[in-house]
Amino acid sequence: MEVLIYLVPIALGLGLLGLGAFLWALRTGQYEDLEGAAWRALMDDDPPADQGVVR
Amino acid sequence: MTQVRDLSHFVRHLDGGVARMELAVEGMHCGGCMRTIENGLSAMPDIIRARVNLTDRRVAVEWRDGKVDPAGFIDRLSQLGFRAYPFDSGKSAADERREGQTLLRCLGVAAFAAMNVMLLSVAVWSGNASDITPEQRDFFHWLSALIALPAAAYAGRPFFYSAIRAVKARRLNMDVPITVGVLLALGMSVVETLNHAKHAYFDSALMLLTFLLVGRTLEQAMRRRTRAAAGNMVALRAETATKFVGPHELCEVPVASIQPGDLVLVRPGERIAVDGIVAQGRSQIDQSLVTGETTPVAAAEGSMVYAGTMNVSGTLRVRVSVAARGTLLDEVSRMLERAVEARSHYVRLADRAARLYAPLVHAAALATILGWLVFGATWHDAIITGIAVLIITCPCALGLAIPAVQVVSSGALFRSGVLLNSGEAIERLAGVDTILFDKTGTLTLPEPEVVNAAQIPADRLALAGRLALASRHPLAAALARAALAKAPLNAVEEPGQGVRCTHDGIELRLGLPSFCGADGDAQDIVDADPEASVIAFAYGTKHYVFAVRQKLRSDAIDVIAKLKRGGFTVEILSGDRASAVAHAAHAVGIDRWHAGMTPGDKIARIAALQAQGRNVLMVGDGLNDAPSLAAADASLSVATAAHLTQAAADAVFLGDRLAPVTAAVAIARRARRLMRENLALAIGYNAVAVPVAMLGFASPLVAALAMSGSSILVTLNALRAKRAAPERAAWKS
Repeated sequence: MEVLIYLVPIALGLGLLGLGAFLWALRTGQYEDLEGAAWRALMDDDPPADQGVVR
Repeated sequence: MTQVRDLSHFVRHLDGGVARMELAVEGMHCGGCMRTIENGLSAMPDIIRARVNLTDRRVAVEWRDGKVDPAGFIDRLSQLGFRAYPFDSGKSAADERREGQTLLRCLGVAAFAAMNVMLLSVAVWSGNASDITPEQRDFFHWLSALIALPAAAYAGRPFFYSAIRAVKARRLNMDVPITVGVLLALGMSVVETLNHAKHAYFDSALMLLTFLLVGRTLEQAMRRRTRAAAGNMVALRAETATKFVGPHELCEVPVASIQPGDLVLVRPGERIAVDGIVAQGRSQIDQSLVTGETTPVAAAEGSMVYAGTMNVSGTLRVRVSVAARGTLLDEVSRMLERAVEARSHYVRLADRAARLYAPLVHAAALATILGWLVFGATWHDAIITGIAVLIITCPCALGLAIPAVQVVSSGALFRSGVLLNSGEAIERLAGVDTILFDKTGTLTLPEPEVVNAAQIPADRLALAGRLALASRHPLAAALARAALAKAPLNAVEEPGQGVRCTHDGIELRLGLPSFCGADGDAQDIVDADPEASVIAFAYGTKHYVFAVRQKLRSDAIDVIAKLKRGGFTVEILSGDRASAVAHAAHAVGIDRWHAGMTPGDKIARIAALQAQGRNVLMVGDGLNDAPSLAAADASLSVATAAHLTQAAADAVFLGDRLAPVTAAVAIARRARRLMRENLALAIGYNAVAVPVAMLGFASPLVAALAMSGSSILVTLNALRAKRAAPERAAWKS
């Protein structure tokens, strides 16, 4: 049962990671406009400055 | 005269020289619109950011303060093909947003903790059945406590605070048994862990909080969505006034920033936004939105004019009244306040359930403890069993039963063109058995229509329509709509007479019958139909007279017939003349009607019906309807109504048809049926679970299965509110 020493912190850590991600998403306003976010995912017209150089 | 728009009322000044404004945008539906708007605005100089919120149909713009005139955004958006209106994001909207975020954060924490504790609990349950050692079990229980106690302290706050408030006010709400149940479950689990016992209820407490927070979050999200829609509607119709800032300089400002003593300009065809005294000019004033009376009254220098009325014929300069008291609008507002106060006594289904439920479960727990003591159990065992009863009866499904139905039903209402102002409106709408309609603007369309267009040659009608575009008169506007005119003719306006121009060498005139030499024809039309207004058109020496009148909504007859078949009592309450009301009542098939009613008379009629035990639904649009909308048990308003009226109503319906009224009642009745079914399911679950718990079989595993099972059941049942009900079943309650 010594394996618990690793497994329990790993399980809790993963859970906290998920919770942290959710709280971060909430704080950065990603739940403000669910309908708009669905469309934004489909847009591919990043401003030219952000695009990599085409070789 | 030059004119500018002043939007400073809506601009928020942020730190670092940044200004921010929100605009409600009409006609924005998809990602394409969103991209057009964001790119279009961002391309303007000195704009820092333009961000669309598609859910709320709004765009927030930030720019370098002082560098840009915000009025330019509206012009830019109109070039892009969208109509935008400045939006006053008040304090209540920000509060609502914060509340929603807090609930979501609590839900996140509770769900995280519930999942982790459940993981440990499953290990304990399976270990209890096989070979777990007491040390391992204690370790798992202490670990569960470590997660559960801080998580519950954080995520339970919405319930704890509400319960404390309720107890302080000597009331009982659903949060009191929830708080008691959660605290006892946690406390008992800690004690049991100290005693090295087999069972602890950390998982039950957290799962309960998670399910309840799902219910709360849904309820809050719905409230926020209905408010956003209602708020946009107010912004789209936000009243502005044209104010004199110099002798020849005009500025369009929001009504909220108008001060008594200001001088405002009111052009023909505009709605008067303020109460005031005419300082210069003569005109006819259409008061139908305020009083329901359809015949315009004359206004000249020194006459009093009221906010919400329509200036029909001449340009007026109005001095805003110093004392707003004693005006019509003020009187209406005061009646409205009184009516709203009276209505707040309505007790929601959920609260009624809570009042019965809380004492019942607490009594059951107490009976369990006493029962076990009588049969010789130890104090410890008796108290543990009593607490298990409280845990298992915690209103988990009950907390979801009503919000889930409300959310699904408000979606169904939205698709039928009805926007709710409040969630409990569904319950009140479902109970109505008497429906009162206002006439002007409700049974009839808000804009008058040309009734004899078919009798006029098509080419003459088209020309008249193009000429009508040059005039601001409401009758001309009706004519332009009837002729589907697009290209205005370049015309000269004869004040108080009409407009004229020369087209292909022939003189065209549009206006008063006397102006066009058509007095005789006009008299014939007025004799035949006393309620029609006339506008004449002269083509050289030939002349035509158009009859314009308020037309019934296209499906009014069907809807009234359907409501009568459904067993509703239908009446008309109108402020208009008896002859006009009688005509409309006869046309739609309503036997009972009341004409010439003041706002006070309408409230008295509603009170009389309520005294007979009736549940009254009021459907109206005028400012004069606002108090009666608030006084009725439930109310619907038309989307074209003044915003005071919309705010007083439970729901607002869109479009030119009356069908949303039947849809609203039918959906509300189905929703109430589902809410009752859900409450019955939740109570049925308790009827099974409580005896099991009283007998001492409520292990944490049983509690977990029962809670999640009943919550899923009521949620699935609520989803049925989405389905379109067949016509026959629609009226069942």
